[in-house]
Formats: sequence, C-alpha cells, structure tokens
Amino acid sequence: MTEIIQKVKNLSIGFKSKKGEEILILRNISTNIKKGETVGIVGESGSGKSTLALAMMGYVKHGLYTIGGECEFNSSNLLKMKNRDLEKIRGRKIAMIPQNAGQALTPNLKIGYQIDEALQLHSDLKEEEREQKISELLNKVRLPSPETIALRYPHELSGGQQQRVAVAMALAGTPDLLLLDEPTTGLDVTTQAHVLELLNFIAKDTGTSMVYVSHDLGAIAQVSDRIIVMYSGEIVLEGPSRDILKKPIHPYTYGLLKSIPKLSLAGLPQSMPGSQPQPGKMHRGCSFFDRCDFSEEKCKNNSPQLEHLEELNTSVRCFNYKSLMNDSQVNQTVNKIKTSLHDKEILNLSKVSISYAKQKLLDQVLNRISDDNPTVKDININIKKGETIALVGESGSGKSTILKSIAGLLRTKGGIIKFDQNRNLSSDLKERDPNDLRIIQLIFQNPDESLNPNHTVEEIIAQPLKLYFGLKGEELKKNIIDLLQKVRLGEFYMSRYPRQLSGGEKQRVAVARAFAAKPDIILCDEVTSALDVSVQAAVLNLLQQLKEDFGTTYIFVSHDLAVVRAISDRVAVLYQGRLCEVGPSKDVYQFPSHPYTEVLLGAVLEPDPDIKPILVAEDIVEEKPPQKGCSFQGRCSRILGDICKSEVPPWQITNSGNSIRCHIPLKDLQKDQIN
Amino acid sequence: MKLDNIYQEEKKSNFAKVSDIIVTMASRPSGFIGLSILIFHVILAFISPYIAPYDFKAINPTLMLQAPSAEYWFGTDDLGRDVFTRTILGGRTALTITFFGSLIALLWGGLLGIFCGLVGGKTDDIVMRIVDAFLSIPWILAMLLIVSLLGTSTEVLIPALGFFYGKGIVRVARAATHDVIAKDFIVSARARGHSNFSIIWNEIIPNVRDAILVEGAMRWSWMLLGFSSLSFLGFGVSPPTPDWGLMISNARGLMSFAYWSVIAPIVGLSSLIIGINLTADAFAKALGIDRSTKAPV
Repeated sequence: MTEIIQKVKNLSIGFKSKKGEEILILRNISTNIKKGETVGIVGESGSGKSTLALAMMGYVKHGLYTIGGECEFNSSNLLKMKNRDLEKIRGRKIAMIPQNAGQALTPNLKIGYQIDEALQLHSDLKEEEREQKISELLNKVRLPSPETIALRYPHELSGGQQQRVAVAMALAGTPDLLLLDEPTTGLDVTTQAHVLELLNFIAKDTGTSMVYVSHDLGAIAQVSDRIIVMYSGEIVLEGPSRDILKKPIHPYTYGLLKSIPKLSLAGLPQSMPGSQPQPGKMHRGCSFFDRCDFSEEKCKNNSPQLEHLEELNTSVRCFNYKSLMNDSQVNQTVNKIKTSLHDKEILNLSKVSISYAKQKLLDQVLNRISDDNPTVKDININIKKGETIALVGESGSGKSTILKSIAGLLRTKGGIIKFDQNRNLSSDLKERDPNDLRIIQLIFQNPDESLNPNHTVEEIIAQPLKLYFGLKGEELKKNIIDLLQKVRLGEFYMSRYPRQLSGGEKQRVAVARAFAAKPDIILCDEVTSALDVSVQAAVLNLLQQLKEDFGTTYIFVSHDLAVVRAISDRVAVLYQGRLCEVGPSKDVYQFPSHPYTEVLLGAVLEPDPDIKPILVAEDIVEEKPPQKGCSFQGRCSRILGDICKSEVPPWQITNSGNSIRCHIPLKDLQKDQIN
Repeated sequence: MKLDNIYQEEKKSNFAKVSDIIVTMASRPSGFIGLSILIFHVILAFISPYIAPYDFKAINPTLMLQAPSAEYWFGTDDLGRDVFTRTILGGRTALTITFFGSLIALLWGGLLGIFCGLVGGKTDDIVMRIVDAFLSIPWILAMLLIVSLLGTSTEVLIPALGFFYGKGIVRVARAATHDVIAKDFIVSARARGHSNFSIIWNEIIPNVRDAILVEGAMRWSWMLLGFSSLSFLGFGVSPPTPDWGLMISNARGLMSFAYWSVIAPIVGLSSLIIGINLTADAFAKALGIDRSTKAPV
C-alpha cells in the first residue's frame, strides 16, 4: 500500500448567514491523497471544489470557517495549525499553482528574481547554487533559453509561458503535494494541451502528488489517475479516472458526460435540466434529486450516503447506482441539427480589413491610412440566410474583432459589408439607420456583464421592444411574456433581477433580448464559454430551436471546436486576422485541412483517457501578423520554404467544397494527416 | 420547472428598498450613532424656533458673559445673549444652505462626470482639464471674491458653494462611469442604437447612483465646514442671525475666561459633521460600495 500524504476527514466548511444560520459550502468530505498520484476534482461552479483544494493547504477563505473535520498532512491537522507552522509547510511541502498566473506574478519584478525569492524561502541553497537551480527549473518547465527568460518581466511572456513560470515557482520548494486550481482555464486550446502535457511529465518525473481542480472534464481526463466528482459541496462519485469517464455510475456524472459536445459527433448533445442548488437553499433528500433522470420517491426525502464499492474501488452517493452499473457505457445521443438553408445571401463581407493602429497626426491631416499590416485583413465571407457560420481561432485571431465590425461597434479600415445583397452597412454605428441596427443583434460571452444589474428582466427585454417597435403597456407586457416563454422561462421571471438568476437563466434572458428585436442575424460571441457544461448544452439546444423557428442566421464565435462542431453548418478558421480555411463544418473537421486547423483539432481535449491530444506545432504566441506571406508561417510545422514567407497562399478548393489557403498542394496536405 | 422556488426574492417597492438600507445602516454601531446625530440635528433645526427659551437677539448688558447656570444653560455671550438659544438656532442656516448646495453639487457634478465618462475623447479631455484648473484654485479665495462682488444672500451662497463642491464629484462620477462603461450591457445598448441620453438615464445612472450619493453625502459635511469658515471670516450669515461660524468667531477672543460661549457652537458644528460622515460611511457600507464589508463568498 502506498503512503497517504494528505488525509481529509469529515471536513465541513461554511459561513454564517445574516440571519445567523450556518450555511455549508463543504459537507462532510473525506478523502485521501496518496503519494505520487494525481487526483482530479471536478464540479460545476459553486460545488466547493476550490474551497476543498484550499483547505488542503490549511487555508480557509475570509468569511468562511471550519465547522468540523480535519485536513491531515504528515499526521498533523493543517486547519488547527498556527500560521508560523503553516509557513514552513506551504511552498515547501504543499505548493499551489493559481488559475491566472499573469495575476499571480508580481508585474514589476523579473522572472528570475521571483523564482529566486521562492528558492530563498523554500530551500536551503546558497546563492551560486540558486542561480543554477533557476535555470534548471525553467528548463524543466520547458521554457526556451532560460537565461533570457529569467531576465524578463511577466508581461513580456505569453499566458502559457506565465503559467509555466508559476509551475517552476511551485516546484522551487520540491513539494510533496501540488495543488492546481484551474491552471489551464484561461489559456488557448493549443497552449492548454502543452501545459497539461508538461504537468503530466512533471508528475512522473518528480513523483509529486497533484490535486487538479477543474470544471473541464477534458483536462481532468488527461492528467488524473483518480477523479473526485463534487456536487453542491458533497463528493458524489470518487474512483479511478478511466472507470469514471467510461462507466460513470452516478447519474450526475453520467448526465455531465452526455452533455459535453464531442469532436467525433456532429449535432447537439442532450442537456441536463435545472441547475445546482445554491448553498443554504438545500432541500431534504438527495441534492441532485431535482435534475436526476433516475430519481425515485425515496430520493426526495432521504439523502444517500457515500457507499464504497470494493470491487470497483469506487465510492458513489446514490441509491440507484446499480441500474447505471449495468448499462452505463455513455451512449451519447445527439439531436441532429436541421438547417433550412436558403440560397439567398444575407451578409457579405468582402475584403474587410480592420486596424487597431492609431493614425499618426500627419496621416490624420492628410487623411491617409498608414498601417499596411492591419490586425484583420482580407476577409471575404458570404453568409447565406438561415445558416450558422462559426469563426474559430485562438485568442488574437481577430474573430471577435470581425464580429464587432459587423455590429458596427468598430470601424473597418477597408472593405464592404453588405446586407441582403444590396444594402451597404456603414462602418460607423451613427450612420446606420435604426432598421440596420435592428437586423443585427449581439449575444455576449458573459451574461453577468451583458445584463444591467439594476434592471429587472422585464426592463431588460423591454428595451429593444420599446426602441424598435415603440410598444407600450399591455402589448409590451404580452410580448415580453411571449419572449420569456420562447426561452423557456416563466412569466414570474419578469420581476427578477439578474443576480437572482443562475448563469444559464441569465444567458436565456440575453437570448430573449436579442430575439426581441426580430433580427435577421444574431452574432454570438463565445456565448457558452462562461457557462457550466450541463448548462451549455441546454443553451445550445435553445439557440438551435429558436433558429429553426425564426429562420435566423447565426454568426458564432468560439474557441471551443467541439461546441462549434455541434452547432455550426459552416466554419471559418482564422489565424492572426487572416482566413485559413472556410468550409462546411463536416469537411473542416476532416482531412485534408489547413495545417493550423490540424493543430487546433489535435489540441482539443476530450473527456476520454484514450484520446490524447496531438501536439503538432509549438505553442508560441505571435504578437503581430507577418508582413508578407502566409499568416501561419511562424508556427507551421510543414513550412515549404521561401514561398510561404514571401507570398500569400492561394485558395485551394477540395472536392467537398472546402476552401483551404495553403501553398501545399491538396494531395500532399492530406498525405500526412490521414493518421 | 422544478427549481422555481429557489430564488424567491421578489422585486421590492422603492420604499421597502430605502427602509431596508436604513435598517442595515442602523444595525452597525457607527451607523446608528451617525444617523442619530444627524436626525437629532435635523429635528432641532425644525423645532428650535419654537423651543428656544429666549430671544436670540435680546441684548442684555447686565448679563454679559455669565457662566452656565440653571437659568442660562450654556451661559451668555459678551452682549448678554443666551448661548443655548443661539446654539440650537445656529445650525439652521448652515444646514439649509449646505443641503441645497450639496444637491446642486450632486446634480451638476454627477451629470457632467457621467457625460464625460461616456463620451470620452477630446470633450472629456477638455472638460476634465478645466475641472482640474478649478480644483487648483483655493476655493476660499474664489468664494470670497464671489461673495464680495455679489453679496452674501442665500441665492448667491447656494449656487456658489454648489459649484465649488461639485468639482470633486465630477471626478468621482467619471471614474464610476468608466467602471460601468466597459461592461457589455452598455456595448449592447450602443449596438442597438440607443441615444446617449437613453444610455445615461437607463444604463449608467442606476449603476453609478450609489457611488455618487455617497460622495455627495461626504461633500455635504465638507461644505458645512466650508460654509462655517465663511461665516467665521464674516462672509456668511450677517449678524445678528445666530450661526455657529459667526459665534465661534465672535467668542474666540474671550476663550480664556468665557470658554462656554465658544465651546457650545464648536460642539454643535463638529457633532453635525461627524454625524454626516458616519452616516455617509454607513450608507456606503449598506449599499455594498465599501468592499471590506461585503458579504463572504
């Protein structure tokens, strides 16, 4: 039996509400972390996973307190320890890697100095040895040329590099236990895959135990040996990672896995109804009762205990797990998307370019445009009525920029945006007439920010109705109720404020507001990325349903290729503000494809331990698009030579109507991609 | 839906919202003390003409500089007037003038700040530089100039004080607007094509109102001090109207042997200022603007 390094026993953490009630965030958690293993803690936002991870290093957030239980590390209870003693453990024995390394690093100190600081605190090395150790650490996290990196400031590094520095700092004290709180959530897909691969390597190389907290089952699947699934402050399922992902025996995990869109499967996944109960609003009985497909009468009033199944080495909190045990290979059924494609073109972008560069005074006076290398260049897309087109790319690829220009929020530098074949849309918002504004509506990424916190749902949805149709009184109210029903919200939501709604409900209100204008085109900017997985599927299904009912056209921006695969008819891949590939989504997801699409597809993380990401290109981040030639030349692993650097590649069209912009001939492109 | 009963908080009437805020304010000791002092002063300002034991301008040479006694609770001043009477009456003018002055300050400062924050660009640059220029002028000199040119009537004092104390509010309102302006709901309103006025009225004001109100309450207490300074210098209320600033100025030479005639107005003035400050603090905390007291989680 391997040594247990951290033992969590009956841990409960909570806070006192204004009324003096004790509200539990964590409820009676018990688990062990063994030496050298990687444990993934997964759960929706608010499930208590971060609180648990922090408790593992003896830290309880301000305002919360320990109600009962202990966290034992090396047979001493961290939660009862004095700060002075904790200082000796934190960093040396237990280290933490934060979610956003960019914010965790001090902006005005050099990387090398910051690692040196960690070494001074957490090791007994002498000055000369420390210098040696710094480059050793930076080497270990695979940062190129450690000597120069050490002399840089955090802002000079990319997000992925910053995260690597954070890993290096955590390793400075050679800890026994590494806590990672959503370490890859803010990163691009390709960078995320690289960082995960590095973490895997470090786990094997150093034998450190890791606790990996994430909402993303795809990331968890890649790193962990064992998975703990949390739901409203409780462990609902715990067991070996492969079993949990392949044969989940708890209805929540089962539903969760079903609601994640997969690359291999076109169409929308099934959604889970409802949302997680808020702390303090718990009912009697099983906390998952409301959303469970397998619930029975007894689940309503009795809460199930965590039951350990010896033969599977799994613990499960459910009365009905046996019915799942027999048939639990997750059979994902998807709702095929229907498209009523018209031949009519609704929006046409031709030669659109957008520049963020500020004009120099002289150029301003002469009315001359100086930037010959704009952020977004040469975008030609025809969008047909009723289709869903997705713009895909990493951060900085210009996808949101293009969306803003279509909405009129950002002036284009050149090119024409045409609506309905003959109407030119001005690039200046003030010059568009109200009808031009009405036909294009936006849905934003984060409903917390896109809904005014001081307006009720009624006031929010009333705004476009009043503005565009001048509705008043009873008629206005009738329309609002109508819209709410269309997004599956009841009439009583009218008097609620956004803070009283869950994330999914908020996004539904945002959808209702967009549809209130009766638009022809809806621009969706990462609409599901701020939502929990189980809610994401529901919102995607709703969007698809509304589209079928109203014949709306969607322009969908996302970095999540699986989501794009699920909802879109056509995909446009962007890199550095230039188009790489445009085609029907089933073809873009098949080979041959542009080398960049290949990189993106390879890096997608699926919640399946058997599907490993394929890392083709380096995760370098380029600041500016290259002056000449192909936009992807800097990272392309299949670069041909000078031609890629000097000439913009031609569009090549495959048999299925997929356009690829690459110098490599199509049959050669396919050759290496077939595997 | 099964989960509908989870979020049961319903829309409250405005009255219920205000009373909620007041209850929250009073639930903290400092808020309770501040509110009590403020309410005490406001009530006193209303009822003092009716409860004053003596005539505030009755000069009595035989009763000059009497020490506090059962008959004259706070003693008498150098002209034999009752200090208690003059003290309870002395806050009325100051309170009224500065209250309306603060309203004016709030109005112009708040609106200009929000407008600058929204439009940005050159307009914002120019307006803010002008505001900065005014901030660099010592207000008391400017006030003295205005008062000596236009007189010390209420119609001059209220707008003048309102103008000088509104400059700071411009900055606060502009900063608060900047916090809101980047949010997607403003972008969304812009993309829908709402006018600037509609964006200010519907989207921005509800979100910056609290911050501006708190700032306005702070300005009120400073304005009170400023107004009393004017009176002290002889540019505020004209004698024989009782006023704290004036009373302090008159009695300060006699401090060494008739301390009572100066202490009473000082206590009146400073307690009111402290009361307003504590109330403003509690107000900010009740609204959740002060981050240190936000609910956990």
